[in-house]
Amino acid sequence: MSEAIHAFIDNEVKSNDVVLFMKGTPDFPMCGFSGQVVQILNYLGVPYKGVNVLESDDLRNGIKSYTNWPTIPQLYVKGEFVGGCDIVREMFQQGELLGHLKGAGVPVKTPA
Amino acid sequence: MAMQAREIEAMIREALPDARIEIRDLAGDGDHYSAIVVSESFRGLTRVKQHQIVYDALKGKMGGQLHALALQTSAP
Repeated sequence: MSEAIHAFIDNEVKSNDVVLFMKGTPDFPMCGFSGQVVQILNYLGVPYKGVNVLESDDLRNGIKSYTNWPTIPQLYVKGEFVGGCDIVREMFQQGELLGHLKGAGVPVKTPA
Repeated sequence: MAMQAREIEAMIREALPDARIEIRDLAGDGDHYSAIVVSESFRGLTRVKQHQIVYDALKGKMGGQLHALALQTSAP
């Protein structure tokens, strides 16, 4: 069933440096976990694309099987899965996320 | 459909017998938990891999029957 949706996801992941599959939009997150990752990315001033999985059930289920990861949000940087909310938050708190983004060549606002 | 904390712990324990597991019911509704899992088998693995092992242990309940499990994993 999921070949078309996997191709769509694959294209999003490969044609954007930073993509967040989330519930809702960056301006209006519909779930606390998605909202936390949005706040972190905004804090770091990272340009990213938000993909709202609530727009289609195919997408909502497709991203889970594409990544083999059971929950949403899911953050991709340069085509590589970084993690869900818990991992992103932990990496952010330990200063690893900034290094990961910089290492991937993504522009970030270095916090003063 | 809620899950009991000890049910979650038992499933993780089955996959990771050596693990130190701490589970807290965050909202008291049997639906929002946090889990700290410390296991030797996590050593050298990325966080994604570590979480993947725990999710696999929960055999598809994560994201379905279990809505929210805030997960923190590490090696001892």
